[in-house]
Order: sequence, then structure tokens, then C-alpha cells
Amino acid sequence: MLYSGTDWSFPILRDCYGEIDRIASEELKLDTYPNRIEIITSEQMLDVYTSHGMPISYPHWSAGKRFVSHENAYKRGLMGLAYEVVINSSPCISYLMEENSATMQALVIAHAAFGHNHFFKNNRLFREWTDSTQILDYLEFARGYVARCEERYGVKAVERILDAAHALQNQGVDRHTGSKRLDLRQEQERARERRAYEDEQFNDLWRTLPEGQKPANGKTESGEPLATLGLPEENILYFLEKNAPRLANWEREIIRIVRLIAQYFYPQPQAKLMNEGCATWVHNFIMHRLHDKKLIDDSAILEVIHSTSNVITQRGFDEGGGPNFNPYALGFAMMTDIARVCTDPTAEDRLWFPDHAGNHDPIGTLHHAWAEYRDESFVQQFLSPKVIRDFRLFRLEDDLSQPYLLVDAIHDDAGYREIRRSVAASYDPGLLAEEIEIVGADLTGDRILRLEHRTRPGKLLQPTDARLTLEHLGALWGYGVILKEVDSQTGAELGSYALA
Amino acid sequence: MEIIDRRPNPHGKNTENRQRVLTRARQAIQTAVRDAAAQGRIREIGQDSAVSIPADVLHEPSFHRHFNAGTRHFVLPGNKEFVKGDRLRRPPGGEGEGAGEGSGAGDQGGGEDSYRFVLSREEFLDLFFDDLELPDLIKREVASITSLATSRSGLTSDGSPSQIDLGRTMRRSMGRRIGLKRPKPQELIAVEAEIDALEEQRPLTDTQFLRLQELRDERTLLRQRLARIPWVDPVDLRYRRFTPVPKPTTQAVIFCIMDVSGSMTEKMKELGKQFFMLLHVFLEKRYEKLEIVFIRHAETAEEVDEDVFFTDPRTGGTVVSTALDLMHDVQRDRFPADKWNIYAAQISDGDNISSDMIKVKHLMTEAILPVVQYFAYVEVSLGGALLRSETDLWRGYKIIADSAPQLAMRQVQDRRDIFPVFRDLFARRATERAGE
Repeated sequence: MLYSGTDWSFPILRDCYGEIDRIASEELKLDTYPNRIEIITSEQMLDVYTSHGMPISYPHWSAGKRFVSHENAYKRGLMGLAYEVVINSSPCISYLMEENSATMQALVIAHAAFGHNHFFKNNRLFREWTDSTQILDYLEFARGYVARCEERYGVKAVERILDAAHALQNQGVDRHTGSKRLDLRQEQERARERRAYEDEQFNDLWRTLPEGQKPANGKTESGEPLATLGLPEENILYFLEKNAPRLANWEREIIRIVRLIAQYFYPQPQAKLMNEGCATWVHNFIMHRLHDKKLIDDSAILEVIHSTSNVITQRGFDEGGGPNFNPYALGFAMMTDIARVCTDPTAEDRLWFPDHAGNHDPIGTLHHAWAEYRDESFVQQFLSPKVIRDFRLFRLEDDLSQPYLLVDAIHDDAGYREIRRSVAASYDPGLLAEEIEIVGADLTGDRILRLEHRTRPGKLLQPTDARLTLEHLGALWGYGVILKEVDSQTGAELGSYALA
Repeated sequence: MEIIDRRPNPHGKNTENRQRVLTRARQAIQTAVRDAAAQGRIREIGQDSAVSIPADVLHEPSFHRHFNAGTRHFVLPGNKEFVKGDRLRRPPGGEGEGAGEGSGAGDQGGGEDSYRFVLSREEFLDLFFDDLELPDLIKREVASITSLATSRSGLTSDGSPSQIDLGRTMRRSMGRRIGLKRPKPQELIAVEAEIDALEEQRPLTDTQFLRLQELRDERTLLRQRLARIPWVDPVDLRYRRFTPVPKPTTQAVIFCIMDVSGSMTEKMKELGKQFFMLLHVFLEKRYEKLEIVFIRHAETAEEVDEDVFFTDPRTGGTVVSTALDLMHDVQRDRFPADKWNIYAAQISDGDNISSDMIKVKHLMTEAILPVVQYFAYVEVSLGGALLRSETDLWRGYKIIADSAPQLAMRQVQDRRDIFPVFRDLFARRATERAGE
């Protein structure tokens, strides 16, 4: 028996980790980054929440805003804190709350330090897009850089850039460039060198030279052809960092920091369902195995079952659930279902999943799924009729010209494929993201930046926010900005915003 | 695997970010604070309190779509009775609301409609009195330097042992020791050890004997130097120096004068009390040491304590000069003008016996106005104020006010007016102080 009762101690944690590690590596064949487990208080957990689970963040008021709302929700009892937070880094850091019972600590070690950790290390999205060994150093660098800029140029000036860059951070990622892993360490070096050079070259006398006599701002002005600007460009922040005429070097660097961090987090939401499903399935498996091996007692396994079933509850549409699914619930259900199809398939499963039905290799099949898919393709590939029936899914057609909502598919033979397609589409980043591109910037003429939002009628930008965001964009660009909303099929203009 | 206990790490990582939010939303929070103060009872001002500000102040915009025409599909869990082809009534919320694909945002983008801040008493009062200031505070402070405080001012080579600056002293001692090449004690110990070793050995070879002699000489030399060059010499000593610095006085007294005569209705008194409470909180924040003198008057004046002042009912006729007289006496006896910042606030409905006005004017111009920094006269008038002609007191004060900038006069008609009038009276850089 590893422990009894609810109190935990550091030796208990170590023992639990050892046993969990054995099951994870021998039975589940999990392949993980080295683990670091940190014990924190609930107050520190609030801090962790605020910085998107990152241990380090640069100072900005928006973090304070998130902190205040989390704090309020927590203090008023509207929100419980997660038992753990895990960071996609190497070593993989898991935060455990000190309030957890011994069982919960074991559970979250299994969940975070093995489930999530394996997923981070093996999933293709993370492998291709993120470099977990360098993120912590880069964040540290970013915080230092922002702080130094604040010292040198003032909090207000830095805030202006950060606000604007944050508004555009969804437009600050490369979505289609394929496997381009960021080399964050090199980033850091680059900035350091540049700064050192600047410091070296700094001479206060330059400041006293009259502005007007400067050779007009660099080469771009002398009329570079449009092609070298790389247009059209969907990564607005990248474009601004490289081409905005009025930015100082440090401002470009800050935009770059926001952009790179946004890029780092870009894959995370695309695999949330799978990530949580994987971690929950793993902890459930491991905890039951611990119980089978008589390493934890009955009261502990009951606590596990209680806690897990709380987490994987999917409330019905009439109880406040949906249209977004509880990722733990759907994820766990699908993982369990895959394992079932592998070992104990029905005729229906054999028809739907000829590839893995009855292959008696649930672990291998799951490993494959965890490594090669993201939410959208995972649902498209693995959502089975049984899960659709269990969740009693149905599809609504919302035609705004009609006064009613139409039920156009339910969990029956006719509806399975329709429902699966719609669920998958709801996870498709290609459909969810706004397609906004920079299409023109006449650097030799009026310098007006032209953007296009390619969309469909009825799916226009939310106007108030679009206007505000455009103002931020204008602040970085320094000249006029025009945003047109264009029908992606007919090319007709659906709306436009202009900023002088 | 490693386990790290982070609990002892510093907490409050977000204190700074929280401050930044407050700074950013200052305007909105200020409005909220003042609304809260206007709604709540003024006596409670300054307790820890929560204020809500509209979310759009802290809104972080982004490009996102909202669905407002056409057709979309979404899948929901928990079907109980629907079959294909059923038609459902649209849930309340209207177009583009609620079940949005992806962005899931309502019409105004945000999602949250307000933010709630719990402010500490300090923060609350800071925001509440942000742009208010005591008039002429600086002028009088500089003019009346009364007390001296000691302040650090460098180092000195003599002083009392309790003021010795160890760091400096030791630094100098070390410099001197290095400069004078004081041998290190370890050197001596090493030499002694070698001598001991040689003395143990017998017989000694010649070279060893010579070496022993050499070492003995060296030992004497080292001992001498060690004795001659002290570890700490009196010349090393440095003491912290303190010099007395004149300190501007920061004590203030405020005279709260209220008319409690029969003509003052309860409602008027209530307004007056609220004004005083506001003043009290405000001054309390500005001054380390604040004395308050409560004076109420009908046909006679008396000094009372806070409770009596705010709660005890009393009625009678009105003779204003009695109160001013009493104030003058109290001030002269207990609060000499060269040591105290003196403020006065008077609340009245403006009634006074006509024959008393001459005395009032005399007292004001001769005794009171020369010593006070600010005299705020607030006249409460309820209902029908527009039709009323100027009251005796108002007329009398107005003449004085024309030539005495420290006398300010305002009228209050309603609870709502109190804070505006208060702000008006204490607003920064108030150019015009008297009358309307």
C-alpha cells in the first residue's frame, strides 16, 4: 500500500510517482519528457491561470484583468481551481495544488506528468510547431526584454505596442507554412546581439540632430516592388514587424515576442479534446491498475472514480451543455471507445473501423491516434456510432431566415455521418479562423495598408471589435488602413472599414 | 523526476498587474467609486468595498466573426425526444446570440459585462479624493516650520558608538591593512607550524638550522607587524551623521460649525452631517495629525463631541456670532496658528438675527479669517430655493468673501449635491473661491 488516508507527504509523492512511472512505461509504453513536479498554493494557482499556465510572463494589465476576474470567481465560489496545470516544456512542469488529497496527487501525476506529457512529446502538432526545450528560457528573455523597454521608454509606450500586438495576436501566426519549428534560443541570441550592437553604437549626440535631415527612413521607401513585401501576407504581425515604416527597433522586437508566443500556443487549442481525452484515459487506466496491484485502497479508488466522473460529465443541451463539448467527456469517451473497438468490437464497429476493429492492440492504436491526429481529424476518423448514441447527439440547422431551428440529424443510421462531419467541423481551425490577409501597402505612395477578409455573407466581422482592432493595427502601421470584407466565392465586397 | 516545493515562493505575482489594471481603468473606477459613495452611507466610505466597472473599459478587441445571416449547423448532446425534421422554437437571445460557431460571442464581443474590483480602503480613498486638495496647504506649511526632525547626512569620523557604521569602518580597516601590508594571521600560523616541525626534529642539519633561524626571525617580524598594525584602528572608524532638518508641520485642526436652531430641519441637518463626514474622511487621509472640533449653535454655542454633534437633537433660535466667538476662543487657547493648519466649515440655513450680523462680520474679518487657511460656508436650502432671496448670512459673508479668498461659499439643496459641492470646494487649482 502506497499510503492510506488523505494526507500526502513528499516521500508518498515520490513512491506514487515511482509506481505510476512503472505502469506508464511498462504497460502503457508512454514516452515522456523528464518530469518536474511543483507544489503550489491556491493563490499561486491563480497566478498560474493568469499567465495561461506559463510560469513566467511579461507584465501587462491584461494579466491583471484576468487575475481579478479569476480571483473574483474563485472567492465567490463560482469557480473551482483545477487540480493541476501542466506546461508543454522540457522538463515538463506539472503544478499540483497543496490542498489535494494523496489520491488526488497521485491522480494528477498520472494525468499531467504522464498523460499530457506523453501527448506533448508525441503529437505531431506539438512536435512540428513547438520547441519545448526552449520555451521557458524564451519567456524569461521576453519578460526581461519588456521590462528593460519599460525602463528605457516608459510603461505607456510599451503598453501601446503590447495592446496593439495582443489585439492582432490571432493574426500573428503562420498557419500554413508546415513544419517550421521555432528556434527560440536563436531568437534570444539574435535579440541580444542586436541590443548589444545598439548599445555599442549609442551616442546621445545623434538625438540632437535635426529630424528632417535624416535620409528618409531606410530602403523600403525608395520604392521596393510589391513582390518583395511578400504579399499577400496572412501573418499581420509578421508583416508589421518587418515593414511598418514608423516603428522603432525595440517596438519591432516586442511585436516579435508577442507573435512568437502566440505561435507557440497556436497548436494547443487544436488538440485540446485529444489532449484531455488522452490524459484522462491514462490517469483512469493507471489508477485502476494501482488498485488492481493493491497499491491503493478501496476508498482511494472510489475517490478516483468520483473525481473522474465529475470531470467527464457532459451536460445535455437543456442543462447548459453544448454547443461546445466538455473536452474531458468527449475525449475520454472516444479514447475508451477506441480501446473497446480494438478488443471487443461489434459488427457495427467492424463495418465502421475495419482498420483497427478487433486488432487487440488498444495501446498501439491509441498511441497512433495520439501522435498523428488533431481534434478535427481525430473526430472525423474515430467518432463512432456508439459514442454518438451514448452522448445522444443531434444536429440543429440554424437558418436565420426561419423562425425555428430544424433538427436535421439525430443519432441514428441516417445521422451518424452528418453528425460526425459537423462535430469535426466545429474543431476545424481552418473554418474557425478568420481569413484576413494583407493585400497591399503602397510604400511609395499614400502608404495605406489594405487588408481583405475573405468570408461568406452572414459571417462578417463583429463591427465594434473590428473597428477597435483596426485602430490598434493603424497605431502600429502608422498610416491609414483599409479592411474590406470580400465574399470568398463571388468576390463581391460585403463591407469595409477604413482608418485614416 | 524532481519535486519542488514552490509554496514558500513569493506570492502576489500579479499585484503589479492588478495595479496596472487600476491605472488603466482609473477613470471608470473613479466614477464607480463615487457612485458607490453616493449610494452608500457616507459614514461607511473607506471600508473595503467592491466596485463594478463596465467591461468595455478593459475590453481587448480582436478580429472575430459573428453569425448574423444564412445557415449553420451545430451538434448538441442530450437528445431525449427529437427526431429528424422536428422544429424547435428559437431560444431567447435573438440573432447572432449565444450558440455561435467558434467565437461564440454576443453582439458586443466581450462576453463579460462588468468587472468587479475589491478595493482596499487606501485605494478607495485615493480614487475617491483623487483630484481634491486642501487649499493653500503648501503655503502655510512652508510659512510655519515648527518642528525639527533628524535626517541622515553622510558620515563623520567621530560620534557615539551606537551610530558606528560597521560596513564603512571595516571597509576602511581592510584598505588600511592591505595598504600597510599587515601580515595575515595564517602566515604566522604557517611559520610557527614550520618552526614546530623543525624543533621536533633533532639533530638538525646545518641547512635546517639556518632555516630555523630564518624562520624565527621571520616570526618575530610578523608578530611585531601584527602588533603594530591593528586590526581596527581609530582612524578607520566612521559614524553615521545626523543633522536636524526643519520639518513642515502637518497637523491640522478643523472646526465643524453647525447651526442646530429650530429653523434647521432634520433633513438639512442630515445634509450638513454628510458634508462633515466627507470632510472628516478627506482630512484624515491628508494629515498625520488631525484634530476636529465640533461646535454647534442655536442662540448659544457649545463644543460637543462627535456623537453628540451627529446625533443629539437640539433646537432654539439662531445667533451665529456665538459659534464664531467660541471657535475663536478654542483656536486661540488650543491651536495656535503658527503650529496648526486651521480649517473651518460651517453649515447653516443662513438664518441669523439681523442685529448679530455686525458682530459676525467683525469676528470673521478680524479674528477668524486671518488665521484660517480655508473657511467653507455651506448653506443648505431645501425646496423653493429658487424663489428665496439671499439669506442674511449669505449676504453678509458675500461682502467679506469678495476680499478674502480663503472664504468659500456654496449652496446645497439635495443629497446629490453634496459631493459635487465638496469637490468644487476642494478641487485642485480652484481659481474662483467665493460666491457664485
